[in-house]
Amino acid sequence: MAEFKRPDGRKPDEMREIKAKIGIIPNADGSAMFSTGDTIAIAAVYGPKKMHPQHKQNPEKGVLRCTYTMNSFSVTERIRPGPSRRSTEISKIIEWALEPVLMLKKYPGMVIDVYVNIIQADAGTRCAGINAASMALAHAGLPMKNLVSSIAIGKLDKQLVVDVNKAEEDWEEGEGATDIPISMTGDEKITHLQLDGKISKEQLKEVIELARKSCKKIIEIQRKTLKEIEK
Amino acid sequence: MEMETPKITGDRIKEFLREGKRFDGRKLDEFREIIIETGVSKKAEGSARVKIGKTEVIVGVKMDVSEPYPDSPDKGNLMTTAELLPLSSGRIEIGRPGFNSLEIGRVIDRGLRESGFIDFEKLCIKKGEKVWTIFVDIYSINDDGNMLDAAGIGAVVALKNARIPKYDSKEEKVLYGEWTDKKIPLTDHIPISLTIHKIDDNLIIDPTREEEDVSEARMTIGSYEGVISSIQKGESSSLSVDEVNKILDIIEKAQSKVFKKIEKYLK
Amino acid sequence: MSRKIVVPGESIVKGENYLPGEGTEKRGEEITALRYGLEEESNGLVKVIPLSGVYSPRRGNVVIGKVEDITFNGWVIDIGTAQRAFLPLTEVPRYVNKDALEEVMEIGDMAVVKIWSINKRGIDLSIKSRGLGKIEEGIIIKVNPNKVPRIIGKEGSMIKIIKEETGCNITVGQNGFIWIRGNKIEEELLAKKAIFFVSEKSFIEGLTDELKKWFEKEK
Repeated sequence: MAEFKRPDGRKPDEMREIKAKIGIIPNADGSAMFSTGDTIAIAAVYGPKKMHPQHKQNPEKGVLRCTYTMNSFSVTERIRPGPSRRSTEISKIIEWALEPVLMLKKYPGMVIDVYVNIIQADAGTRCAGINAASMALAHAGLPMKNLVSSIAIGKLDKQLVVDVNKAEEDWEEGEGATDIPISMTGDEKITHLQLDGKISKEQLKEVIELARKSCKKIIEIQRKTLKEIEK
Repeated sequence: MEMETPKITGDRIKEFLREGKRFDGRKLDEFREIIIETGVSKKAEGSARVKIGKTEVIVGVKMDVSEPYPDSPDKGNLMTTAELLPLSSGRIEIGRPGFNSLEIGRVIDRGLRESGFIDFEKLCIKKGEKVWTIFVDIYSINDDGNMLDAAGIGAVVALKNARIPKYDSKEEKVLYGEWTDKKIPLTDHIPISLTIHKIDDNLIIDPTREEEDVSEARMTIGSYEGVISSIQKGESSSLSVDEVNKILDIIEKAQSKVFKKIEKYLK
Repeated sequence: MSRKIVVPGESIVKGENYLPGEGTEKRGEEITALRYGLEEESNGLVKVIPLSGVYSPRRGNVVIGKVEDITFNGWVIDIGTAQRAFLPLTEVPRYVNKDALEEVMEIGDMAVVKIWSINKRGIDLSIKSRGLGKIEEGIIIKVNPNKVPRIIGKEGSMIKIIKEETGCNITVGQNGFIWIRGNKIEEELLAKKAIFFVSEKSFIEGLTDELKKWFEKEK
C-alpha cells in the first residue's frame, strides 16, 4: 500500500494497541475488558437464568439480551446518563453479532444478559464491546460454536485503513470518512456489517479481506487472554 | 444464580457479631483495603476508580458552561448522579434491597455541597449570565457492599484531580477535549462520607454485601475535619439516642483513618 | 499429564480415530471445543471439562435450594434452574397435613433435596432419603457448579479432608450450593475458606497434598 499518513502515524493496515483481561467483575458469571488504543470497553454476562417476567420467556430457546451503555465521561462532551436511540440500536447490533455462535436452544425459558459499558471512547466502541462480550460469554461457560471478533475498517477519502480512531472518523478531506464496523466468527462467518458513507463494490471486497485478517489477529488475542488463568 | 444471603447465613453473621467478630476477620470498625486509581477516562475533566475490597465504583467529572440559577447569579452549579449499573450485580434487575441510584446521588451531592468543598463563586464567568456547572457522575462496577462510601471517596478524588476545560469567551463555548492547567477551585473542607450499619445491637462500618443484607438501619455522615455537614439515616429500623451517639464516635475515629488512607490522592 | 485450556471454536485434535464427547463437536476431521474448559482425551473420546457455566440438573443429584412458594400440595423450590422444581407432599418422609405445609418449610427456608425425575413439566424433588430436608442452621456458600466434582474429590477424598480438618458436617449440592455446619463459627469459616481454595486451584495437580499443606499453615 502507498504511504498514507494517518493522524497517529500508524500504517494503513495497523491496529491500535490492544489490551484484554477477563474476570474483572467478580459478581458476574463472566466478564472481560477489551481496549484498543484509547477505546476501553467492559462486558459482563449474567446467565443463563430464569427469564422474568414470565410472559417474555421463549419456550423454544433462550433469549439473548444485550445492553450497551456509554459512561457520561467516556467522551469529551458529556453524555446524559440514560438510554438513547443510538445506544438502543447498538445494543441490538451487538445481540445480532453474538447470537449466531450461541446455542440458545439449550436454554428454553431462560435469558442471558450481556452488559457492555464504555469507559473511554475513541471510536470503535461497538467493536470493542463485541470483543469484550465475546470473551465474557466464553468466560461465563456458555456453549459457543466460536468466538466473535470485531473491527472497524475505514475509508478516508479513497484510502482504506484498519481500526479507525476518532480523528479518522471525523476525516473531512476528499470523500470524507466511511466507517465500516464488521464482526466475524472464528471460522470467518460475518455476523455484523454496517456501513456509513460511500464505497465501490471493489473496495468493499478489499475491506472485507482487511477485516478478515484483523479479526484473525484479534481472535488470537481473545483466545490467549482466556487461557491466561493463574495456575 | 444470585440470591439474597440465606437467612441461616444471616443468623450466623449476627451470632458472630455478638462475639465481636466478622466473617472476614475484620474488627467492627475496620475498613477493607481501599485501592484508588485516577485518570480512568482521558476524556473526563477528572476521574477516579475506587475499590473497597471487591466493591468497585468509577466516578467522572465533566464540566459545562450555562446560565446560573436565578437565586445564585454569581455561583457555579453542581449536579451529582449515580447509576447502579446492572453489570455490577445480578440483583439490580430484581430490585436490589437497600440503596438506589437516586439516594446515592443525593447523599453524595449533599456531602459535597454542604461541606463547602467546592468554591462555587470562583466558578462564575460572568455574573448572571455564564457560570461553570460541575457534573459528578458515579457508576457501580462491582457491588460487594458499601457502594455509597466508595462513591463518596471517588467523587472527592475525581474533583481533586480535575482540570477545567478551555473556554472560548468570544464564541462563548467550551472547547471540549482541550484543558487548561487550572484545577477546579476547591477548599480544604474535604468531605468524607462514611456509613454505619446496625445489625441487632452491633454497629459496623464498611459492610460486605452479605452484611448489608442483614442490616436493619444505617446512617451516613459526611464530615470534614470534625465538622459534620450532612447526615442521612436509612432503612426501616430505629436507632436509639445512645446508638446515634456511639455512631458519631465511631465515625469520628474512622474518618481520620480513612482520610489517611486516601490522603495522597487528595494532594 | 497437565491438561490444556481450550476455548470455543478451537480445534483440539485432528484425526479420524477421535470421537467427539461432551463439550465438543466434530468438524471434518477435527474435534472442536464448544466450551471454555480443560480438554481431556481418553481412549479416543475427546471432551471438555468446563471451567464455568450454569448447573445442568441430572436425575439423582442432591442439590440445595430455597423455598419460593407453597402450593396446596407441596413446595416450589428454586435450585437455580429455569425449569420449575417441585417437592410434593408425598415425597416427605412423614405424614404432612394439607393445612400444615408451612410448619414443615416456609418461604425463604433452605433445604437439601434430591432430584428424582426431570420431565417436560418440570423437575420433581424428594426429601425421603437420609440427609435431606430443611436446613436449620449453619452457613451456606455458593461455588461454581463446575468445581463441585473437584471439591468432592475422587470417591469423596477432598471433601473428607476438609470435614476432618474442620470437624464440620458439609453437604455439597451439585448445583454449587454448599451447607456447612460446625460446632464453632470459626470452624465453619475455615471450611468455607478451604472450599474456595480448592475451587480456585481446581486444575492443579496434587491438589489433595496442597490442601493438607494449606491446612497446616492455616491452623
